[in-house]
Formats: sequence, C-alpha cells, structure tokens
Amino acid sequence: METRELTCIQCPLGCQLTVTVDGDSITVTGNTCQRGAVYGEKEVKAPTRTVTGTVPVDGGEIARVSVKTASDIPKDKMFEVMAEIHAARLAAPVEIGQIIIHDAAGSGADVIATKTVRKSRTA
Amino acid sequence: MEYHDIVIIGGGPAGLAAAVSAYDAGCRDVLVIERDERLGGILNQCIHNGFGLHTFKEELTGPEYAERYIRQAEERGIKYMLRTIVADVSPEREILYVNRDEGAVRVKAGAIVLAMGCRERPRGALGIHGYRPAGIYTAGTAQRLMNIEGYMVGREVVILGSGDIGLIMARRMTLEGAKVKVVAELMPYSGGLKRNIVQCLDDYGIPLRLSHTVTKIHGKRRVEGVTISEVGPDRRPLPGTEEFYSCDTLLLSCGLIPENELSKQAGITLSRVTGGPEVDDGLETSAEGVFACGNVLHVHDLVDFVSEEAARAGRNAAAWVAEGGSDRGGELPVTAENGVTYTVPQRIRTDAHDEKITVRFRVNGVYRDKYVAVRSGGAEIKRLKRRIMAPGEMEELTLTGEDLGKCAGGITVGLED
Amino acid sequence: MFDYDVCVIGAGAVGTATARELTRYRLSVCVIEKEEDVCSGTSKANSGIVHAGYDPEPGSMKARMNLRGAELIRKLSKNLDFSYRQNGALVLCFDEADRPGLDRLYERGLRNGVEGLEILTGEEVRKREPAVSGDVVAALWAPTSGVVCPFGMTFAFAENAAQNGAEFRFLTEVKGIEKAGEGYVLHTGGEDILARFVVNAAGVRSAEMHNAVSGNRLEITPRRGEYVLMDREVGGLVSSTIFQLPGKMGKGVLVAQTVHGNLLVGPNAVDVEDGEDTETTPEGTDEIKERARKSVPDIPYNRVITGFAGVRAHEKGGDFIIGEIPDAEGFFDAAGIESPGLTAAPAIGEYLAGLVAEKAGAERKEDFISSRRGIPQVAKLSPEERSALIAERPEYGRIICRCESISEGEIIDAIERNPGARSMDGIKRRVRQGMGRCQAGFCTPGAMDILAERLGIPVEKVTKNRPGSELLKW
Repeated sequence: METRELTCIQCPLGCQLTVTVDGDSITVTGNTCQRGAVYGEKEVKAPTRTVTGTVPVDGGEIARVSVKTASDIPKDKMFEVMAEIHAARLAAPVEIGQIIIHDAAGSGADVIATKTVRKSRTA
Repeated sequence: MEYHDIVIIGGGPAGLAAAVSAYDAGCRDVLVIERDERLGGILNQCIHNGFGLHTFKEELTGPEYAERYIRQAEERGIKYMLRTIVADVSPEREILYVNRDEGAVRVKAGAIVLAMGCRERPRGALGIHGYRPAGIYTAGTAQRLMNIEGYMVGREVVILGSGDIGLIMARRMTLEGAKVKVVAELMPYSGGLKRNIVQCLDDYGIPLRLSHTVTKIHGKRRVEGVTISEVGPDRRPLPGTEEFYSCDTLLLSCGLIPENELSKQAGITLSRVTGGPEVDDGLETSAEGVFACGNVLHVHDLVDFVSEEAARAGRNAAAWVAEGGSDRGGELPVTAENGVTYTVPQRIRTDAHDEKITVRFRVNGVYRDKYVAVRSGGAEIKRLKRRIMAPGEMEELTLTGEDLGKCAGGITVGLED
Repeated sequence: MFDYDVCVIGAGAVGTATARELTRYRLSVCVIEKEEDVCSGTSKANSGIVHAGYDPEPGSMKARMNLRGAELIRKLSKNLDFSYRQNGALVLCFDEADRPGLDRLYERGLRNGVEGLEILTGEEVRKREPAVSGDVVAALWAPTSGVVCPFGMTFAFAENAAQNGAEFRFLTEVKGIEKAGEGYVLHTGGEDILARFVVNAAGVRSAEMHNAVSGNRLEITPRRGEYVLMDREVGGLVSSTIFQLPGKMGKGVLVAQTVHGNLLVGPNAVDVEDGEDTETTPEGTDEIKERARKSVPDIPYNRVITGFAGVRAHEKGGDFIIGEIPDAEGFFDAAGIESPGLTAAPAIGEYLAGLVAEKAGAERKEDFISSRRGIPQVAKLSPEERSALIAERPEYGRIICRCESISEGEIIDAIERNPGARSMDGIKRRVRQGMGRCQAGFCTPGAMDILAERLGIPVEKVTKNRPGSELLKW
C-alpha cells in the first residue's frame, strides 16, 4: 500500500488530496467534489502533461518557433520529449500546427508548431 | 494631420481584441500601433499552455492564442504598424508616434484605446541589498531571452516571488537543463495560480518557501549566491534565519505594474491601488474618448479575461465615435472595502453602457467561505457566496440593470461572513 | 625608449581630465584602466554635485581645486557637451545652537572666494524649497552649486582626450611599478609599459601606486557611501541640493534632484577594507533614508528605482594629495580624491598637466581640439528635428529603452565612440539605456544583441561590465 499527498488543481480551492493505492484499488480522500477524485486517481495512475519548448528556425523573420506536444504525454516522458525538441532545427517558413516531430520519444504525441514563422524578408 | 476613428496603443491580446470588436461594432477605421516586431505582445513569449479555456473552450499556448486574434484582425483588414512606439498622447487625443520609416509623426484619433500592458517590478524597487552583479533578471526578461532569443540565462537558479511568470520560468528553466533550487515568497501565500504551483514546482520537486525573502545578493561580477531569510508577520527579515544558497542567477517575479506613462502624459486619473486608469463601466478613463483595457488597466491572471474586457473597450470606443462622444450623465462611485482591495470599474454610469456590468476585483488575503456583498445606500444589492478567494485569483461579479435600479448613491463591494 | 611620454593610471574623472589636459601639449599620452571602460570606479557612483566650495579648509588643495573645478565645469559643459545644471545648494541648520557652525561655513566660503553666499531664515528656506522640514531654523544658500552627470562629464573628457591623440588601454591592471632610467616601467600582467612620466589617478588604489615608488607612505581608506535613487516623477520634490550642516564624517546626507531629474538621497560613510566593496546594506539604506527625512520629511521612498553604493578614497591627512612625489621624480599623484573630487577633477587635470608639461619641457599644440559633441538625445528633440535625424539615420527611430526613450542609433553611437562601450554598463552610462524605472527589464535583450553585433562577438560573451560578468550562461 502506498499513499501520496497531492494538491488538486481543478479549481482555486486547491484541496489537499490523499491518494491511497492498494493493488488495483485507488482511494482518494480530502477532495470536496467528484472532480477531485478523478484528478487524484489520474495523477497517481497515469499522470500526463503537455510539453512546450522552442526550436531554432533558419532564414525566418524570427529566430525560433514555439512548439508543443499536440496532446498530453505521460509525465515520465517529459525529459525525453524535451531532448528531441532540443535536437530539432527547422527552415522557414513554418506554419502554425505544422508537425515538427512525429510520435515524439514514442509518446504517441506529435510535436507541433504553435507559431507561424514566415521567411525573412532580408534573407 | 492624419486622422483615424480609433487608435489602439498596443498590439498585444488587449489591443487586438479591442480592434476586432471595434471593427465588428461598425468602425472601419481602426489603427493598431505596436512597438514590437510582431503582433501578439507578451503572449509571443508565453509558450506554455493553459490559455483560452474560457474564450475558445480549449487549451492553447500563448502564441496560438495570439495567432487566433491576429488572424481575426487580418481577416478584417485592420491596419497596424509594427516597430512603432507612441511617444506622447495628449488629452485632445493627438498621438505622437516614432518609427524608422516615418520619423516622428502626429495623428489625431476620434477615440483611443490604451492597451500598453504592464512591466515587472525591478530589483531596485524591491530593496534587495548586496552587490549588483550580472545574473539578476526579472522573470519576464528571462522568459523573453529564453523563448524568443533562445538564450540560456543561468544554470543554478533561485527565484524570488511566486508570481505566475516566476513559476512558469521555474519549469521552463528546469526543462532546459537548469537547476532551480528554491522559490522564495515574501507573503504567507503564493501569488500564483494553484495549477502552476503543482505543475511547475511540485512536478520537479522545487521547494516553495513561503514567508521568505532574499536579503542579500553575493558576487561582484556574476551572481554567486543569495541569502534567504524568513520574514515575520511584518514582512521584515527575522535575524538568525539567514540561509545561503549558491546560484548563478536570481529571477524576480515580484509583481507587475501597469505601464501608464502615456496615460499620465494625457492627464488621465490613475488608481492608487491598481496603478491603472480609473474607468467607468464602459472602460472610459477620465479623459473623454480614451478607453483602457488589459494589463494597463489592472493586472490580470488570465488572458481570457483580458480579451473579454478589451472587447468591451473596443465596442464602447466604436460607439463613442459613432455617437460623436457621449454625455456624461450621473455616475455612481464603486468603492472597495472589507478585504476587497479594488474594483474595476471604479464608477458606473446611471445610463450604463451595457445590460450586464462585469465588476472585477481582488481580495487582500486568503478567505474561505465568505460572502461578497454589494451595497448601496444601506441596502444590500447582491450577496454572493465564495468557497475560497485569494489575492492571486481575480474575482468578478455581474450587476444587471435591475441591480443598478436598486442603487441609491455610491456602491460598495466588500467581504462579509 | 619609452612607450609613452605620460602614462595616466586610472580612467575616472581625474584620470581622463588629466589626460585631456595633457593632450594640449606635444606629449604622447596613454590612459590605463583595470576595468573594461572609462568611469568604472569612484566616478560612477557618487552624488553628481558640483560643489560651490564653502566646505574645504581655506588654503587647502581641496579648496583651491574645488573653486577652479566648479568654474571649469560651467565652461566645459558647453564646450564638451555634457549635462550640467546650476541649481544652487542649501546647507540646513536645525538648531539655533548650531548657528555658529553655519556662520563659520559662511565665513569659510567667503575666504575660499565662493560667490553669492547668503544666510537664509527658516521661512526663507521653505519659501524656496517647500518640501524642507519645518525644523529648519536657518540655512546657507550657495547659488553657484550645481549638478552634473558624472558619467557624461568623464566620457566627455575621455572622448576629447582621444580626439587629441590620447590612447586608452582597458582591462590593464598595474600590478607593480619600478623606476626605469629616467622613467618608470609599469608591470601589468601582460606587457610592460614604459613611461617617462606617470600620473597616479588610481582612486581607491592610489596609495598602492604611490607606495610602490615612494618611501613616504600614503594611507588610503576606502570609504563606502550608499544612495537610493527615485523615479523622475518625484524628482521635483526639491530643486536645489539640500545638505545638512557638516559633521565629522563628511557633508552628511543630501537630498538632490540629479541632473537627469531623479531624486537622489545619500550618502552615508562607512570605512571598508576592500576598495571594490560596493555592497548595499539594510543598515546603510535605513540610515540614509532616516537622516534624509530630517531635511525633507516626505520623501517618497515607495518610488525608489534603485539603490547603489560607491567607494571614495579617503586619505588620513584629509586633503587631496596632488603633485610630483618629492622622492619619486616624474611620478605625479592625484591621490585621496574624495569629495569634492568630481568637482575638482578638471582643475586637478589642468594643474597636473601643467606640472608634467613643465617638467617635460613640452610645448603646447596648436591643433588642440577643445570641443566635442555628445551623442544626440533623440527623444529630447522636437518632432521635426527628430524626424530629420531619423531620415538621416533610421536607427534613431527604433526605440530600444522605453523608460528613457533611447534609440538603437544612440546605443550604436555609444559603442562606436572612442573610447566606446564594451559592456552593457558602458552603454548604460553613455546613453542612459536601462536607467529608467524598469531598470533594463525590457531593453536588455535588444541592447545585448546590438552590442554583440557591433563588437562582432557571440552574444554569450556580452558582459555587464568586465569579463566574468557575462549575462548568459551556456
């Protein structure tokens, strides 16, 4: 049996949750509403996050494009995804929503551009 | 002198939303003046997600949120100038702008919308003692250097202040390979959103030390460390609680200040509490035909509320131009009391602009299970229960025409048991 | 056999003023400076006051140089284009019992030749300066007192010296000095520099230089003074410089509107071990704030934009030590230059250069350029003038520093001047970029990129001041 203390982020109340894992059974206490229970269970079973970063762009009107994972990825994959983002390099133009990395770090999520970067007018 | 119906100063989220709504309200001659090389303002460097849940019902990053408004502005053919700074605004709504191509140019505006945003409180204003080495940045400056320029500002970092930008930067720097050692917060509660504390600090095991502050900066050339002390209830450091943290960088996230230098030049009355203009329910300032919205008016936590507020300012500016000004009828002052630090608007016109008036406010501490009471002339106009309120989370309430009908004289907004 | 006729150690106000005066003569001149730029020691952190001259002991070097310096600054501010304003000073007296002290100051001023001195009643003082305390019973009014931009003045001296052929060597620290034939060899860690004459304007390190060549030891104590600087919006609280009747540790805390319009309070005086100890402390800040309240009760300390500390070179004899060292021929001191050192700087320069030239038998040059233009302050121009300038050079139309309205063109000018800015602090001191209320929050990224580009260095090599103060960490 394992217990974890969490702060619920579903609303500004910020309930202090205690999540107890006993084999397959997960119990959440300290929550005020059902959303807290769902959050607590997910944070312990399969926590996920969106990862964002930037990638250099050659020949663009700006030097870097911002990127994100198109969907949440498992929390323990964050640094692996970051490593792939760090290794990327693009050439202008870049369209918002354009896929930069397919299935980043085997997370199942693509990394996509969150900005449009046109070609530099001077280049 | 060139003339435009509406000139909007600032092409960030507030300016763009104001421009779009002014256009949609029928004004076809809107000019947005932006100082940076791109529209979108501070959102361009806020590459994290969490924007747009209210406005678009989905979670966007800052640049994506900005891009939606930039597209809306471009679809409407709204005119904008980039790399252009407004150097002066007069009460007669004459604007002096400066850029490389045209030099210094005066334009006349039918109405003006102020949307210049805010700036960060610098070290000097915080009174942190010690040396003045390299490696001290406000969180937003560090964010720009990292996210726009791609520069790494530090490797071992201490953050003073738990404002949202500081929290976001704690995560950002950690993901970029820096070690964030601690976040110190002067107050006994965090100034940032709960979700940011969990996802930016707890996720990475970064300690948040409440009621602590930086009392000394070490290092003559580059930061070599900081001393952190606990503070008492009076916020003064407690002797004997000093702890040394070695670091090469100190980030400051200690509050934002609405940037109202131009408003002052125009002689606009500013609120001592918000640092922004005092406005009526139409977001019109004390200068006729000059409206304000976004962080130049009061500092917001969520851009969604900036957009909503700015849309109102844009709409009202368009109406002002269409009607050739407006009569200033009677006004009811709105006063904050009992734990409420301010309200926006600070006054409501008896011939109110809108059917429903949104009143935004902040509280001065963490309160649980309290009522927000709106009173006028001894009568209770409204009473709303809140489970929790905190200084870091902006509150709002809505007043209807019916509510206003019940008001006799000034309105107060305060907390009650 | 000599590299230079004269080597000036130290590129502060005194060193650059002396170098400039030396270039009037047929002499080769080099200024060596341990920091990366001009104006990096005592000259960068002080009150910026041009003292009228009632304070120093009559007959002292301080008195003589103060009076002459104040006169020269009035003239030079026009010829060399630096900011100066004659705003007058008041020395406040809070107690009838101290009246004799005030009278003595007045008498001393008369003996020193200060013009226009008057004793005012408390009421007259408050009429002139309404913010001054009701406790003031009388004050000395010195109309010839002024305020100057310490950076602006020092850069003007340096640039004008360079225009006239002086050479500057930065990041060159004198680690030892030896007599070498008729002159001196300066060991710098890098190559040695041979000079026929040496001028010691090394500030808090002037005793070290002096003691390397002379048996008559000097003893200099670094004396730290802290200041707080407030927003320009509240600078108008006072118009003249407000002093308190001097005590043992100096002139006491002043309240002044700087030449750029900020409100300045300070300094205290604390003797420190280390000449680079420019730390601010809670005690020091509290002390100056409290003491200044005695003069002006309602100082808006909530409008502080920065605090800083400077270190002055205090010699135990209490007077400036200026002239050739008797037992070290050809070696000239400008040592113990504490207040009123900034005021005195051009006079010290004039005097020392005269001594050196006489010793060297050097003639005056006919082609000495006596004037210099500063970097244009674009935001202060009328819209028409501004447009004309921008049409000529579009960089003047791109604002980098919002608070002080400093353009890219001005920053480029700062870097391209001779000697030019090599660091962020160098830009800041030349054009005030980052000196406003946001304290460089907005303009740091822009200024950094311009500096890297113009110096042709990668941005990670950009420093705040000397090497080791890099802004980024890769």
